[in-house]
Amino acid sequence: MIEVRLFAGLREGRGKVFELETGSVNTVLDVMAHFSIRREEVNILLVNGFHQKPEFELKDGDVVSLFPAVGGG
Amino acid sequence: MDERYLRNLSALTEGECRLLRSKRILVVGCGGLGGYIIEMLTRIGVGAIRAVDGDRFEESNLNRQLLSSPELLGVSKAVAAVARISQVNPDVKAEAHYAFFDETNAEKLISGCDLVMDALDNIDSRRILARYCEKLGVPMVYGAISGWVAQAAISLPGDDFIEKLYPDGVEIRDKSALAFTPALCAAMQCALATRLLCGREIKNSSLKYFDLLNMEFETIDLV
Repeated sequence: MIEVRLFAGLREGRGKVFELETGSVNTVLDVMAHFSIRREEVNILLVNGFHQKPEFELKDGDVVSLFPAVGGG
Repeated sequence: MDERYLRNLSALTEGECRLLRSKRILVVGCGGLGGYIIEMLTRIGVGAIRAVDGDRFEESNLNRQLLSSPELLGVSKAVAAVARISQVNPDVKAEAHYAFFDETNAEKLISGCDLVMDALDNIDSRRILARYCEKLGVPMVYGAISGWVAQAAISLPGDDFIEKLYPDGVEIRDKSALAFTPALCAAMQCALATRLLCGREIKNSSLKYFDLLNMEFETIDLV
């Protein structure tokens, strides 16, 4: 299984924590597509707590965390 | 020890208080974040603050910007910031720059400062600020807010923190901000700045993320 954690505004209309079948998603980009999240909406993207690129290939047991873009002041 | 700083002790040492009094800080933006940052740096007792903003107060600022008030609508935010500094702590040297931060003035504004506080409200200007801080070898304390979320971090020259944090094309959807969000973000930024200026141990590129809606706090290392 791949665990997916969504943060702040990305939870709206979706939820907080999900489990996806390993193999149903190959990369973080696939995870974002699964939740209809556009690349431009994501500020920080972590796999197992480490900053990664959207093309990062996932394996069983990985935890993906997605944070929305925050940039106001 | 000046009586006004007595309650800084023992959270800070006398030596650290003296060190703070020797520092000049550039605060880029005097809106939501900048207003609170200026208030806190003024009270803790830094030596000098250079406040930069090309905006004037408008009505939509009143829900969150500490320096704004109905009678100051139309007044320069940078000028209001300096007036507040002088009122609260006349020991702090204050300089107002009524201009938007950009490539034409970046070098001049950063030069001579020990630390830069990012209180900007957009990503493009942050990229320029980060580039010039790196070029001039000046550390920066990043902060940004959106709705209920506040995040802050120390960026040191060479860590490419802003480039890692904001990939090309990233866009800000939620432009809302509640009264307490910039206050919390500014508090995190000023605490990080105090550690840095006092020479205490710091960790750069370590993002402190606070979601006040769900009361969740995360530390994210962008290394």
